[in-house]
Amino acid sequence: MRKNLFNVGAIARGFSTTFSYLFKKRPTIEYPSVKKQHAPRFHGLHELRRYADGKERCIGCELCAIACPANAITVMGAENAPGDRRSPGERYAASYEIDELRCIFCGLCEEACPTDAIVLTPRFEMADYRRGAFVYAKDRLLVPPEAGVGTAPDERPNGIPADLGGVYRTKDTIDITVGYEATNRGKILREQRRGLAG
Amino acid sequence: MRLTPYVWLDALIHAVIVLFVVITTFAYSMLFERKIMGWMQMRPGPNRVGPWGMLQPAADAVKMIFKEDLTPDTADPLIYRLAPFISLICAMGTFAIIPFSGDADGTPWSVGNVNAGILFVFALTSIGVYGISLAGWASGSKFPLLGAVRSTAQMISYELSMSMSVIGVLILTGSTAFGAIVGAQSRVWFIVPQIVGFVIYVITAVAETNRAPFDLVEAETELVGGFHTEYSGLRFGLFFIAEYLNMITVSCLAALLFLGGWNGPFGLPSFGLLGLVWFIIKAGAFLFFYIWLRSTLPRIRYDRLMDFGWKVLFPVATLNLVVTAVIVAVWPTHA
Repeated sequence: MRKNLFNVGAIARGFSTTFSYLFKKRPTIEYPSVKKQHAPRFHGLHELRRYADGKERCIGCELCAIACPANAITVMGAENAPGDRRSPGERYAASYEIDELRCIFCGLCEEACPTDAIVLTPRFEMADYRRGAFVYAKDRLLVPPEAGVGTAPDERPNGIPADLGGVYRTKDTIDITVGYEATNRGKILREQRRGLAG
Repeated sequence: MRLTPYVWLDALIHAVIVLFVVITTFAYSMLFERKIMGWMQMRPGPNRVGPWGMLQPAADAVKMIFKEDLTPDTADPLIYRLAPFISLICAMGTFAIIPFSGDADGTPWSVGNVNAGILFVFALTSIGVYGISLAGWASGSKFPLLGAVRSTAQMISYELSMSMSVIGVLILTGSTAFGAIVGAQSRVWFIVPQIVGFVIYVITAVAETNRAPFDLVEAETELVGGFHTEYSGLRFGLFFIAEYLNMITVSCLAALLFLGGWNGPFGLPSFGLLGLVWFIIKAGAFLFFYIWLRSTLPRIRYDRLMDFGWKVLFPVATLNLVVTAVIVAVWPTHA
């Protein structure tokens, strides 16, 4: 009749399998309290690095924005003022915004950058309730002067400290409170839409 | 026994204690099920609420109480609201006479000492089927109806074999009272002479309580939630409690009928609190087997379930009954 229904050996084997799993080591990482050790070159949140003298590496060339396949980067360059040089080059990034909701974390910006200014860090905890909060401007991308120069992926130690999962919470920028439309990226998109309509 | 106020008070106190213990057992059997299922699937199981997840039942209870209680437009409102209570009352009622241990003279520790004990339990669990059937019928929706129809057919087929398997024990004992059944197992547990009956009892008990792999009544992959698809909040919770209480009931029955009840192994002392320990170990082992079974075997197909029930279990149970009856009739001293 129903041969498989009386296959007692198979059923017994099933029972022994589930019983042995009772004592196996569980691979669960209890995330909020325990964080996974990511690889040093893990592609997470971006960071704008500095030189040792405190000057910004970014020269506002917009190569990253051109390389970006997701069109997530908006750079607005400006001439360095003679008395107040922000970068060693001729120009600097007056505004630098990355829309982390568009970003696919491919790292092409990192490869395109001629001065190794933009790098991807292993930080990954970017969750927020507000759309505008995902447009990271220079206030959150640029390494704070007291935090050093930032680390290039090649120079990172093998074990990334667990606190690197979090992001710099320097301040709640006006961009976040006003919303996505107030960012340069939002403005440009709006203008593009208007141009398409007209 | 005259029904003096003292008798009433005595019964009431016992009932409250047993109810409290049974509800606590339900709450933690649910937690242990989720834990053990988790471990068998290489997950940690609930561990967020309290140390080791020990407050999970309380959190679940709060969740159930505060969820919205919906009645579908197409439902029959009175029966729809009544059905969970039928299930729950029948599931709880069995604990009125299930003994958890006994005194040295064999008097069982139970709220009521009924001499038709086992019949009373079967009567109640049979009425419990009405809860599920009526819930499915009164929901006024397709999936619950299918679940209810399945449950009725399944319960009727498997209850027959279950009763047949238990009658073997009753023949050996010559009584339907739990005290006498356990007393008769003081030398050798009935699992030895009634091993066939025990196996049939275990299989039918799983089907009787609608547990995997015989949970076709809810069968979430095909019937959404079966009979309780439309239920929410506390009414769903009542079905949930009833299902687990039924599980505990059949575990207790397995311990009482086949595993020697509160008799200790190897002739160890077996009354009072020590008897309670033996009983809890036996019923607990059976509960564990339930959970183990659920995480091991996939759900059986409906036509195979019916085939298996009628063409295999029922004949074997009948044969077992006849053989037992003949042996007891020919050699009465063996009983």
